[in-house]
Formats: sequence, C-alpha cells, structure tokens
Amino acid sequence: MLRAGFADPVHDSQGVFRAVLDALARPGTIHAIAPRLDPPGPLTPELAAVALALTDRDTAVWLDPALAAAPEVAAYLRFHTGAPLTADPGRAAFALVREAGRCPPLHTFARGTPAYPDGSTTLVLALDSLAPGAGLRLSGPGIRGTADLALAPLPPGWPAALRENHAGFPLGVDCLLTAPGRVAGLPRSTLVGS
Amino acid sequence: MSDMREFRPGADPSSRLPPRSGDDGVAGALPPQAGRGDEASAYNFAYLDEGTKRMIRRALLKAVAVPGYQVPFASREMPMPYGWGTGGVQVTAAILGRSDVLKVIDQGADDTTNAVSIRRFFAKTAGVATTTHTAEASVIQTRHRIPERPLTENQTLVYQVPIPEPLRFLEPRETETRQMHALAEYGLMHVKLYEDISRHGHIATTYAYPVEVAGRYVMDPSPTPKFDNPKMDDCPALQLFGAGRERRIYAVPPYTKVRSLDFEDHPFRVQRFDQPCALCAAEGVYLDEMLMDDSGRRMFICSDTDHCEERRAAGHVGTEGVA
Repeated sequence: MLRAGFADPVHDSQGVFRAVLDALARPGTIHAIAPRLDPPGPLTPELAAVALALTDRDTAVWLDPALAAAPEVAAYLRFHTGAPLTADPGRAAFALVREAGRCPPLHTFARGTPAYPDGSTTLVLALDSLAPGAGLRLSGPGIRGTADLALAPLPPGWPAALRENHAGFPLGVDCLLTAPGRVAGLPRSTLVGS
Repeated sequence: MSDMREFRPGADPSSRLPPRSGDDGVAGALPPQAGRGDEASAYNFAYLDEGTKRMIRRALLKAVAVPGYQVPFASREMPMPYGWGTGGVQVTAAILGRSDVLKVIDQGADDTTNAVSIRRFFAKTAGVATTTHTAEASVIQTRHRIPERPLTENQTLVYQVPIPEPLRFLEPRETETRQMHALAEYGLMHVKLYEDISRHGHIATTYAYPVEVAGRYVMDPSPTPKFDNPKMDDCPALQLFGAGRERRIYAVPPYTKVRSLDFEDHPFRVQRFDQPCALCAAEGVYLDEMLMDDSGRRMFICSDTDHCEERRAAGHVGTEGVA
C-alpha cells in the first residue's frame, strides 16, 4: 500500500523549507527537521521530506542506484510530488542520494551555465551521522569565521571534490546533508578545508 | 507609497505623528467585505498556492547559494499593483510560518499605507502575529530602509525591489547585462561612478548605491539610502530580495562581505546629518525632512519610527519633542 505524505502539507512543507533555507544560508549549522514521514525503504524520512517539500512536476529528480532499485520509492515520489524521474544526473534539478558512500562524482551533475548558474543540481544526501566538530572546516558566505562539520560516511573524493566544486563558483552543485532528524547545507559558495 | 504624512497645523509636533497602535491584530477587526463573507479562509495560508511557494522557495535556495546573483522566477499577479511590493510579498509569503512575527516598514515607517496594507494582508491571509517593534520581529519586510536597531541571527529581512538589475540604466538589454554578470564585467559601473566624480567632484549616487557581494556579483541593494549600505555587510540576519514586476529573487546570506563600490581616492562615505532627530535627539541615524507648515518651517526626524518611539519612551527628548 502507498505510504502517506505530509500530514499537514502546507505547514510541514514550510517547516522543512525553512530548515533547509537556514541550513544553506548558514553552512555548518545543523537544523532539526521532524518530517513525521514513514516512506518506503530505503528512502529515509529526511530525503522524503525534502523531496515532498521542494519537488514537483517542474523538477526532474535523479535517484541513486540504491533508491532506483526500489520501485516503491519511485511510486511514492511520483504520487506525492508528480516530479519526473530522470536517469541522467546532468539533467536533474534534485538528486536523492541514499548511499552517500557511493555518491557519484559531483561533476556528473548539472553545474548551471555562466549566464544561468541557477540551472544546477541540488544534491540531497542521506548520511549516518552529522554533527558539529572536527571533519570539514568551512568558510565563506553565511559563516562567521569558520565552522566545523563532521559527517559519516564521507562521500568518495570529498573534501577535494567540494573544493573543486567551489573553484567553479558561481557554477557548481549545492548539497543538503541529512541525517536522522537533522539537515545541514553545503552550498557551492562554501570553501571547504579539512 | 508616498512617505507624506498629514498634519494639522498648530498641533504639538510630537502629536503630529499619526498613532500607530491599533492596526495590528486586524484579522478579527476588519469589516467583512460586502457579499464575500469570510473570504480570508478561502485562501491558502499566506495567500499563495503551494506550487507557487515551492517555485519561489527553490529560487530562494539558489539565491542563497549564489549570493548576489539574480534568480529568475515566475512572479505571480498579486492583489496589489506592481511597485507596491509584489516581489517582497511573494518572498514573505513563501517563507512565512505560523510561528513567525512579521514587521513591515515603508521608508522606515510602520504606519504608512504600503506598510499597513501589507501587514494587514498577512495578518488576514496567514493569521501570523505582527509587530512594529524591530526586536520582536522574526521576518521584516522592508521598502527601502534597514532598521536602525542591529538585526540578529534570528531575523530575516525581505526587501521590496523595483529594478533588481544594477546595470539596467547603463545597458538596457537583458541579454547583455546577463553576459556582463557572467563575465563579472563591471567596468561600466565604475565608469558611471567616475562620471559622477568628474561632474560633481564626488560620487553623487545617494540611493541604490551598487555593492559587490562576496567578492563576485555586483548587486542593487534596492533603493535604500547609501546610509544603510554598511548595515548589509557582515549582517547576522539573512537578507532576501524580491522584484515582482522584473521577476527576480536574490539574496545575501548572513555574515557575507558586502562592499560598496568606490575608488581609492574617493572612498565610499555615507550621508551625515548636521543635527540630531528633532523628536528623540538620536544621532547617527537616517533622518526624514518634515515640512511643518505653509511657511516652510521644517524639522528632521528619525526615518525609523520604531527606533524613534523607543527612544522617546526611554526619555530622550529632541528640540521639538515633548518630555
């Protein structure tokens, strides 16, 4: 049977969006999201919450192999969002990545164009853990001085891949990092040390 | 839209400011409009439909990720004319939640037509709490001022923007200005500022003074007086900009470098005022000139009405004020 979406679509979407907005505006800070969702596995409640809050028929969504292998996930997202699913990460507005440890290289996703840098992919990654502390050292817009973010698992090639992504600014992808109950943002404007 | 206030000649000057309490919490107090019954409940929360909000929210996320870049968005018709803040209203509607406390200012004032009508609009369509006190607000929608009280990390400032493109009056073609931003080709703007110097001896731009955001995009700070430009730099609050007619959204994240363009030998300077506020004696704030009577008597008072009221309540008295 199809699992339910947001109990209160208007205010649940708003709550998830504000957490995501704050997370991207203040990289390194961690924000609570309590989506109250029970999506079909392996989709996590946090990935589902971001998808339900932000995607619709105007946004192509790419699923990583772990999610794409579960037809219930595609059915759930199609029913609740109407978003078209794409197999081409270079055409995706949003990419849902369940297995962050196997995240494809960032350059395979859309980076936008010099005239329209907003035509880029937003990656939403499900992590096992996300906490302030030693790991990635962040600086740039939205950060007072520096911020430290510890995440596990670290996607392959990170943090070098994030530095390369930032070097292409204003082109590049933006990342939303989720873990149970929480979300943080890594926009392309953030410089990542280690 | 106008900043004009009506006065009765001969009255005590401080009483000439119109009363400002009483227009909040209007949701229940407004008379029902003829023949339409309880029309507010027929709208979605904060007026916009969810699809529109999602579209605006996605644009906002891009705007935050690329500070100063103008993200195109599918601006909607709003129940107010272009030029009255349709862009700011759409941004506010997209971010607003039930627990937000909304403040709306027009040229620093909470009590002018534009500010009152937008505040009522959201009190009615979203049922959110409203305030005139800067410190109490979580979302502040503004037309052309930044409050005098320093903003905090828990606040979001939403600007109403008429012309988002800083290069528009130098280059009318959107295709060209887009390329200029793509190439970070901002020489034309420096030529414009230089022409100011050659003609007037100083940079004569006093509002909508161009800024460079995070070392990359040149951005129009909206027609705020250049007095407010330094407040945008390294600001703890998130700053969002909405231009409804021109269909653009842009943003400055918190703690972001915002530099007013200038030259080494003509550094950026803000306006200075010779005298303090006539009502509250505040110095170092932006002042409005108020005509007092037909013979041209005038006084200068705080543009930020909340700031002025708080100071007067705390006992500060200016030359025209009443203790």
